[in-house]
Parts: sequence; structure tokens; C-alpha cells
Amino acid sequence: MRLTDLPLRQPAYVDWIDWAALTPSEGQRLREFGLCEGASVEALHHGGFLGKGPIACKVGRMTIAMRRAHATAITVRTGPEMAETEKAA
Amino acid sequence: MSALPLVALVGNPNAGKSALFNALTGARQKLGNYPGVTVERKAGRLSLPDGRPVELVDLPGTYSLDPTSPDEQVTRDVVLGRQEGERRPDALIVVVDASNLDNHLRFALELIALGLPTVVALNMVDLATRDGLELDANVLARELGVPVVSTVAVRKRGLDHLRQALEGQMNGAPAPYITGPVRDFDAVRTDARRIARAAIVRETPSRRLTAAVDRVLLHPVAGFLILLALLFVMFQAVFSWASAPADLLEGWVTALGEAVTATLPPGILHDFLLQGVVGGVGAVIVFLPQILILFFFILMLEATGYMARAAFIMDGLMARVGLSGRAFIPLLSSFACAVPGIMATRTISDPKDRLTTILIAPLMTCSARLPVYGLIISAFIPARDVGPGIGLQGLVMFLLYVFGIVGALIAAWALRLTVTKGQSSGFLMEMPKYQWPRPQDLLIGLWQRAVIFLKRAGTIILFTNIVLWALMSFPKAPDGVRQSEYSIAGRIAGGIHLLVAPIGFNRDISLALLPSMAAREVAVSAIATVYAIDAEDDVEALDKGLGERLQGRWSLATALAFLAWFVFAPQCISTIAVTRRETAGWKWTGFMIGYLFTLAYVAAGITYWTAVALGLG
Repeated sequence: MRLTDLPLRQPAYVDWIDWAALTPSEGQRLREFGLCEGASVEALHHGGFLGKGPIACKVGRMTIAMRRAHATAITVRTGPEMAETEKAA
Repeated sequence: MSALPLVALVGNPNAGKSALFNALTGARQKLGNYPGVTVERKAGRLSLPDGRPVELVDLPGTYSLDPTSPDEQVTRDVVLGRQEGERRPDALIVVVDASNLDNHLRFALELIALGLPTVVALNMVDLATRDGLELDANVLARELGVPVVSTVAVRKRGLDHLRQALEGQMNGAPAPYITGPVRDFDAVRTDARRIARAAIVRETPSRRLTAAVDRVLLHPVAGFLILLALLFVMFQAVFSWASAPADLLEGWVTALGEAVTATLPPGILHDFLLQGVVGGVGAVIVFLPQILILFFFILMLEATGYMARAAFIMDGLMARVGLSGRAFIPLLSSFACAVPGIMATRTISDPKDRLTTILIAPLMTCSARLPVYGLIISAFIPARDVGPGIGLQGLVMFLLYVFGIVGALIAAWALRLTVTKGQSSGFLMEMPKYQWPRPQDLLIGLWQRAVIFLKRAGTIILFTNIVLWALMSFPKAPDGVRQSEYSIAGRIAGGIHLLVAPIGFNRDISLALLPSMAAREVAVSAIATVYAIDAEDDVEALDKGLGERLQGRWSLATALAFLAWFVFAPQCISTIAVTRRETAGWKWTGFMIGYLFTLAYVAAGITYWTAVALGLG
């Protein structure tokens, strides 16, 4: 599931990120925000009229905002089995 | 001062760095610029426990030493000892947010790896506790290999320990930089996470106060309405809260003028002081309360963390004109002054985004326009309520701001389609936790702005007024001829008048246009000086307020056209200079001046002709 489709306030984990869909500086910034495969992520708010605005989500303990174009490049997974792997890691 | 050891305060954005800087240095701060760039250099003095003074410099917040924007580049260059005009730091204070450790530790590890004497300030531990997080600073210190001090900058907690730790680190031998191979980003991050986990003693689910507030403030409809309401309150407050202190200041200016009249014999010195200095500069100084109220709101929006939310709300709209929500922050600062606003565009990484933002920043209604708007509105717009709590004057003021904003959005859209064409950049931004700002931090910010404004009034505005007074006072007009028309300035204004007469500008305005290039407020003091000189010995005329005198000489259509001009005109010289520096040349600066003057002329013309057609001429 893409991050854009993730229901609000449902904890999930980053499955993989399509780095090629992002510019190098966007990719770097997302990495600096702590977004990487396995990071916990939760969509908090969708902004803008008619769903055109950015998305605010929680990554670790940080809240970040990104455009939908970025969120489309991020595939997430929900479910307890992923949480277990994260704990083990 | 240059002999003092230099300590750099460095860390992620939103780590509470500025609050820590204020707590460590107090109000004795020096604002300056790094040579060649317009990133603000904020420095202050700090005493070590043994009494040794050191200079502390507050660096722009950044996420890593791999910069994506011009201000982050300054941080990297200072830390690496490569910044022109800055000596190599002797030590670093790395500020990390206790409640966001795994993220902030990654940058801290990058900094510690440089090998400089380093102290880590584990800041905002109180907010971490609020979030249900308990940390062990000793574990952190052991893992990082440098002293770690828990601090709460806003309550001045842990500051003595921080000074002690810094002294301990600086007593060692001067350290050379470690220039080993750069470690892989992911490896450092894994390390940071491991250390953060080790340092966490107890972790309970956070109370999510911020998320709950954001549900309302980031709501597509409610959030937008709240932002609009906030801006509206801000502009109403500028008018209503300021009137009492402004009247007080005006009383002092009048008293000073009377004192001049009482002590000096009539003559050239008397005229110079009364008309050129007291009249001119005094007319500007009375706007200090309004400017401070405006800055108060902007500082509050920044310090509480709301500014990032405003950017979030505005991103959808900004995207439509080819900008990002991030551009909203420099634009909102430009309401105070376009110069820091244009400087704030340094946080925008995309060059075309940044250029577009610079080009439209002067359209945001800066505080220097307030004296002009204030004078004209209070003279020509009746002070009555048009609704509960909504004054007509405040409403007109609000509309002038709206015209500026709409003009800027249309300009951005047009620029993005033509001269700054390119792929629209993204919007990636951290949403900081909400925080209640410390009154002292707000006061320091306001104090710095007041000093800047008064310095401006005492230098550039005073100087311009003196020159203007001289040009207006000589040669002396024969009887029956108006001094303001006969003087040198009057003759120059006569030439300008030919150009601006079609858009309804009279000779007074023509005379004010040129000196108002130095600073917009001078338009007010210039007009005040014209009337002071023309009134000469006419006691009755001198007793009238400036606004009252305007009512007799200007038509409503002219006044409205004058307001429309000031919405768009590209003054002042400082804005033009900072644009030249930021765009590295005259090409874009010239373009900006050209398009803004054209807009101003057309807007004033349309306003005037429409008003005349409606019978207001």
C-alpha cells in the first residue's frame, strides 16, 4: 500500500521507497527525516481542499509534511508481523 | 573581540537552539552578516565558570553536513572552518532535542566525528518527559564519548553544568580536525538508533497533544479559516492596540517641537530642527508601536511552531502558482520587512523557487508601508464600525494586505509560466512540536527589531530628511509663491509630476516619491516637511494634524491611488540592494524593479480613474 492510501492514524512500517521517483535532494531530506525501509510511519493529516494538499505523518517521534507526490513513492505495510520484525531488529 | 575563543552552537532545526542561545548569552547579542552572503550571524558572549569569556555563535539549524540550501551551507562551512570572515570554532555545543533523539543523534555523531572539543546539550528534557520519555544522560555520554548535559533552555535549567562541561572540554589541547573517511549515512543512522535506544530508560505512549491540536489547525477547511482569522486579528491589532502608545509618542514629538520653538530664536537653525529633524523623523517614530505589534505576532507564530502549520495549510494554494508552502514563511516575514524576508528565502533549496519568492517578496505589505497606509487611512477613511468589532479603517488596511498577497500570487504564477519556468519543487518540512514561547525570548526579538527601526530612523531616514529639507528650503520663495514649489525639490518634483499626473498624483506626492525610495516611511515625513515649510508662520495651520491638512489638499481618488501605488512599488533601496546580493547581479534586480514599477503605475492609474468615474475625484 502506498503512503497516500494509508488510513489516518493507523501505525505502519515503510516497506520500500522508490528513491528513483524522488530528486536527489528530496531523497536526502527524507533520509535525514529518518525515513528508510523499516521505519515506523503513521499518516496524521491530509491537508488542502479536495485532497490536493500535503500529508503530515509521524516518522519515529517526528512529524513531517510532504507532498502527495513524495508519499506515492513510499510503500508501507501494516500488521503485527512487521512490528515483530521491527522489535527484533 | 576576535581574540576570544569561538564556540559554535549547532544542531537540527527545532532543537531549541535559539532559546538555548538566548539563555546562555542574555540580551547582549550582536546581529550581523557573513560577508558575501545574507545569512544572519548571531553572536553573543558567554563566560566560562573560571571567568574566561568566549564568543558564542548561533548557526542556522540543519539536518546534516550535506547542505541542501544556502543557510545550511553556512553552518557546514563554519563548522569545518571554511566560512569566509569567520574563524575556526574552538569548540562545539551540539543541541539535540531529547524527545527526538534517534534523529538528532545522527547529526550529533557526524559533528562529534570532526574531533573538535564538543559538548552535547540534551535539550527540552521537560517536553520529552511530557511525551512519556525518560532518558539517561550518562549512558548517552558514555556511548558518544563526549559530555552530555540535560538542559531546559526555556527554564535556564542545566546551564551551569553546560558551562562547566564546556570549560572542561576547552581546557584540553587544541584539537585538529579528524579527516577520516566519511562514514556511510545508513551506518551512522543505525548507530544513532542503537545509542538512542540504550539511553531511553522508560517510554510510554506519548500524550499526543500536538497531534490533537493539529487535527484542528491542519484541517483543510477549519485550519484555513483559523489562519485567515489569525492574520485578520493581527492586522486589526496593529491598528487598535497601537493607538494609545502612538498617541503618547506623538505627544512627546509635539512637546519636543514646542521646546525647540521655545528655546531657539526664529531662524535657519530653528527651522532646520523643527521641520527637518523633529517633524520628519518624529512622523516616522510614532509608528514604532505598530511595527512592534506586527513583529510580536510574527515572532509568536514562529516560536509556537505555528509557522510550519501555516506553510502546510498554504502549500496547496502555493503549489497552484508553482511555489511551495515553504515559500509562505519568508513571505509572511516580509510583512514585517522584505529584507529579512528575502534573506529567509535561503532556506529554500530549489533555485527557481527561491528566485520567484525573492521577486514577489516586496509585494508583501512590509511594516514600512504602515506609516503611509496609517496616515492616509486615518485621514480619508472614516473611523466607524462596519460590523461587531470590525472597524472600517482596519478593514481597509486588511484589504490593502490582501491586494498585496493576491498580486504576489498572480505574479508568482505568471513568473513560473515564463521567466522562472521549471519543474515545481516539492514540499518537505518538519512540523515542530507546539511550544509556549518564553516571554524573555520574545522580548529579545522585539528589542532587536526596535533597535533596528530606531537606527534606521536615526540614520537613513534622518539623513534623507535633512537633504530633503535643504532642497525644499532653498532658494527662498518670494511672497505669494509656495515654498514647496519654488525650491529645488519643488522643481524636481515638477518634472516627476508630469509623469505621475495621469494617475492622479499631485505635486506633494511627486515630491515624496523620490526620497521615499530611501525608505517608504519617508513619504510620510516628506509630506510632513512640505506642510511644515509651507505653513511657516501660519500658527493655525501648524496646529492641525497632518491628516487634517491632507484632507484639505488631496481628493479621495488621489489618496486611494497613492495607497495602490504603495501596494506595488518596489521601494526601498535596502530591498533592492538585498535582492541584488541574493540574486548575484543586476539582471533579476532590474527585472524586479521594472515589473513592480509597472504594476504600481497601472494599479494606481486604475484606482484613480475608477474613483474619478465614481465621482470621488
